[in-house]
Amino acid sequence: MEIFWFIAIAIVLVMFFILDGYDFGAGIIHLFFAKKEKDKEVITKSAGLFWDSNEVWLVAAGGMLFMAFPTFYASVFSGFYLPLIIVLWLIIFRAIGLEFRGQFKYRMWKDIWDKSFGVSSLLLALFFGIALGNIVRGVNLGIVKTGVSAHEPHYFFLPLWDSSFSPLSQNPGIIDWFTIIIGLISVVTLAIHGANWIILKTNASINNKLKSVIFKLNILLTLLTIFSIVVWQIVNPNSLDNFINKPYLLVFPLIYFTGLLGTFFIRRIQKDSHAFLLSSLLILGGITSSLASLFPVLLPSINNVNPSLTIYNTTTSEYGLSVALVWGIIGFILLFGYMIIQKRLLKGKIDKMDYGH
Amino acid sequence: MEDMIFYDRLQFAFTITFHYIFPQLTMGLSLIIVFLKWKYLRSNVEKYNNAAKFLMKIFAINFTMGVVTGIPMEFQFGTNWAKFSELTGGIIGQTLAMEGMFSFFLESSFLALFIFGEKLMGQKLHFITGFLVFLGSWASGWFILATNAWMQHPVGYEILENGKFVLNNFGALFSNPWLLPAFLHNQMASVVTSSFVVAAIGAFYVLRNKQVEYGKLFLKIGVIFGLVSSLLVAFPTGDWNAKNVAKYQPAAFAAMEGIFETEHAGAEIVLIGQPNMVEKKLDNKIAVPNILSFLTYQEWDKQIIGMDKFKEEELPDNVPALYYSYHIMVGLGTIFIGVMLLAFFFLWRRKLYNLKPLLWTIMFLVPFPYIANITGWYTVELGRQPYLVYGLLKTSDGISPTVSSGNTLFTLLGFVALYMLLGLLFLVLVGKTINEGPNSKTH
Repeated sequence: MEIFWFIAIAIVLVMFFILDGYDFGAGIIHLFFAKKEKDKEVITKSAGLFWDSNEVWLVAAGGMLFMAFPTFYASVFSGFYLPLIIVLWLIIFRAIGLEFRGQFKYRMWKDIWDKSFGVSSLLLALFFGIALGNIVRGVNLGIVKTGVSAHEPHYFFLPLWDSSFSPLSQNPGIIDWFTIIIGLISVVTLAIHGANWIILKTNASINNKLKSVIFKLNILLTLLTIFSIVVWQIVNPNSLDNFINKPYLLVFPLIYFTGLLGTFFIRRIQKDSHAFLLSSLLILGGITSSLASLFPVLLPSINNVNPSLTIYNTTTSEYGLSVALVWGIIGFILLFGYMIIQKRLLKGKIDKMDYGH
Repeated sequence: MEDMIFYDRLQFAFTITFHYIFPQLTMGLSLIIVFLKWKYLRSNVEKYNNAAKFLMKIFAINFTMGVVTGIPMEFQFGTNWAKFSELTGGIIGQTLAMEGMFSFFLESSFLALFIFGEKLMGQKLHFITGFLVFLGSWASGWFILATNAWMQHPVGYEILENGKFVLNNFGALFSNPWLLPAFLHNQMASVVTSSFVVAAIGAFYVLRNKQVEYGKLFLKIGVIFGLVSSLLVAFPTGDWNAKNVAKYQPAAFAAMEGIFETEHAGAEIVLIGQPNMVEKKLDNKIAVPNILSFLTYQEWDKQIIGMDKFKEEELPDNVPALYYSYHIMVGLGTIFIGVMLLAFFFLWRRKLYNLKPLLWTIMFLVPFPYIANITGWYTVELGRQPYLVYGLLKTSDGISPTVSSGNTLFTLLGFVALYMLLGLLFLVLVGKTINEGPNSKTH
């Protein structure tokens, strides 16, 4: 039952990063490449139409974590207190940037909200990557000092950074050179994904240029990926064990590399939706590979005193999980149903669409 | 430790108060929008459709605000109340996760379609998407109140050795006797808020002599919905809730009503008075004998237990705040009924549109349903103190063990600054929308 919920939450997280991921990415592209008003307008619209229904996947993931693994939820949310609150603020800035840009015609008003949307998209992509980096690196659970836990074994509190910036220090902070690498991978991946979304959904004048941008970003992503796999071994020496013991898990990295290799042929891909699919594979493969390398651990402990948080020691009653399974399945069908209805009705290029106003 | 609890409580109170401004309007407004859309389908009069679309713009601004201030609520359970989340997540995680999956998703998927899809899908489908938005927003209220009802009156749980609450009866969460009355009361109150807002927009147009056709329509709808809902808020839903508090949280009931001493031969109802916590009595009291006993138990001389019968630690930790919240809510509710009755009388006699003083009154009453709703929310939350889960888990045992008060204060100040900006933007945008009116062709 725990495994089912682990998979369910993983699916919801992947959906969140594929769906909201494209509007984060659109924000990053918007920040760096959109110069003409027309482009800015259609790009914000391509994100603005969908962000709130995409964000539901985040809310659903949060709710499901809360329900299925309450100890993990409590530990991680209070442990990563500061970055999470900052994420909340960024989510607010991004949303109001998207929603309110078009409300007045003044140049300055639009500039402010464009920057608000772009910068907060960029920072959110970075922060989410850093968060993933923290999870795979592990934390000093219970804050062990001289062999004793300062708190209950599953609580911790991370400073934003530690003066050494090293993931190998005794009590690493949220930002260190390893988590920054993962953060950059996240930014580049989502930028590629967002660019694909813009090409798919709009007739922006920059669309042709974006393909070469994607190509360059993909080279960067490949280098970062190779580098991260090497340093991952240093940071968490057990990270390949799962893949060696259960070779079928290699399907997840394989998905990632399919996306990575496929994106190199971006200029020859005829259908825009295929390119979008490839960057979705990047996200799917990236998240699932990280989770698969940890499984069944949710948050590794880097000290020898306290055990890692796993899906088994952070969960609730079997009964609770099984009732939730029943409504969860119904909920999933509805979620996918609504999403398909919505995307079908609002399909096609944004700028050609008649909004009915 | 004291600081930590104080800042955590203050932060939660602040963020949820600000958040609640928005859903209370959207829930009621979605009902009015569906009604207008239905009128349009039946009569084919363009006016109703324009009115619905205009209110939808206000709805959309509110909805955005509700979403961006609502996501922090879910996060804060974990960030600031980690111990509470750990212990009760297995139960209230159910209702919160269901809220996300069943209602928030419904609302936000179909809102985009309702706003942008009218020409894509024809009037019938458009009505249906509007109806689904309404359904989503009310279901949202249902799940949130189910969560709150469990904290007020825990059911269907068992407590493990490690202190964790786990669910053992899923059905009990939704058949909780606290839930239905609280939900109905809350929904009616949100209809009151939106009726006052709609009526006030109408009054504004009529007084300014612009968009008068729509002004009259909004006044009419606002007054009719407002009268019905403000009556329903008081009776039966308000009355039912008060009885529930008397039954399940007698200490909170005594504090709410300002009953310091148990009266054996029937309790009076306090209209006005200030709780004096030093001398344990009400100062400047105006009260009507025996009414409270009658309202609570339908017997004139039934005893009502006063605060003297409870131990200090069983009493809510801030009796005056609770007492005032409750009395402000009840007092305002009474005023709403009075104003709406009067307005309805003149509407019926076809004099309302020319009656300037009453139109001004309606316009200036707009903030008060919000105040009534918020003080109502405070009443039930302050009444639950000093517990998070009534009778079982103390508030002081629910906070995050590793988050220091300095961090909480910092994030609190951040939220205050950010929400002030949001509030300002909100007023500007709603003001602009109202100023443009339903006739405008922009956007």
